[in-house]
Amino acid sequence: MSNSPTQLSAESHGQPGEPMLVDESASQTDPLTIAGRTLHSRLLLGTGGFPSLALLAEAIRASGTELVTVALRRVDLSPTHPRGSLIDVLEQEGVELLPNTAGCYTARDAVLTAKLAREAFSTDWVKLEVIGDEDTLLPDAPELLKAAEQLVDDGFVVLPYTTDDPVLARRLVDVGCAAVMPLGAPIGSGMGIRNPYNIALIREAVQVPVVLDAGVGTASDAAQAMELGCDAVMVASAVSRAQDPVAMAAAMRAAVQAGRLARAAGRIPRRTYATASTPEEGLAEL
Amino acid sequence: MIYLNGNRHDDGAGQTVAAVLQLLGLPTDARGVAVAVAGEVVPKAGWATFEIPEGARVEVLTAMQGG
Repeated sequence: MSNSPTQLSAESHGQPGEPMLVDESASQTDPLTIAGRTLHSRLLLGTGGFPSLALLAEAIRASGTELVTVALRRVDLSPTHPRGSLIDVLEQEGVELLPNTAGCYTARDAVLTAKLAREAFSTDWVKLEVIGDEDTLLPDAPELLKAAEQLVDDGFVVLPYTTDDPVLARRLVDVGCAAVMPLGAPIGSGMGIRNPYNIALIREAVQVPVVLDAGVGTASDAAQAMELGCDAVMVASAVSRAQDPVAMAAAMRAAVQAGRLARAAGRIPRRTYATASTPEEGLAEL
Repeated sequence: MIYLNGNRHDDGAGQTVAAVLQLLGLPTDARGVAVAVAGEVVPKAGWATFEIPEGARVEVLTAMQGG
């Protein structure tokens, strides 16, 4: 770690009634770079599951995110359906779009969806999802790798949603992915990071940013991901389906920052037995 | 006959993508919209000239909330 961790100062605590506990300066001095794009927030937010666009906008602001995912679906052709409002909201909030290929079960569908997203949103970035199982929504490794290779060859910046397998992560980077997004647990499960050892191994195995994706249930999961060495965390359901999505967005923002600081600070090793923090020397003989 | 987002439309074949979008009330300068015909992307630059073949599946897609 070359960058020195920024201390959370007393001044950075939010005003009463404001659910912020974030040091803005830390994110300014510790940016994340993916494929040449600099992000000052290490939190990516999914836009799915928010009960209203107004709440989504508020959560975006509370999270501090600069990159949000969107899906591509059929236009609602009913004449009364309002059009373009999601795009408008995201533009107003000044965030970049990361289109996903959610719902695709084959490399072919995912590649075509990514190309359509590139047309629709004028971005060559894609969060590549190729799902292999309806119940767990776990990635289909061979199809994922195939789609990643094709999209990289077509000039896309590919961020694949992948399993927590370090070997697959390395294969994805070998074909040119700009980052890897390993799961902590199945999408929307809120079970946290089920195999922290593998996530740590992935961080060691690849030279591109590692974004923990899926499975985050609450703020401590996001902090743990950062402590394990992840470069960023993506959350969706954990925020959008929380009882108070805006407050949870703020919690995630603080957690990502806390985990990042803790990682840089270097935690103490785990021990079975106690190690006294108070010296024995000078103890009174009573 | 074409299939538009899964629904059968008796007219539409032989028309351009732009004409079909207009029929739907979608502005042809629509932001955040992409079109596939028969499993291939039709870039925006081609909407005014690309004629939809008989029986083609036309998908008109846009941004939706998603993780």
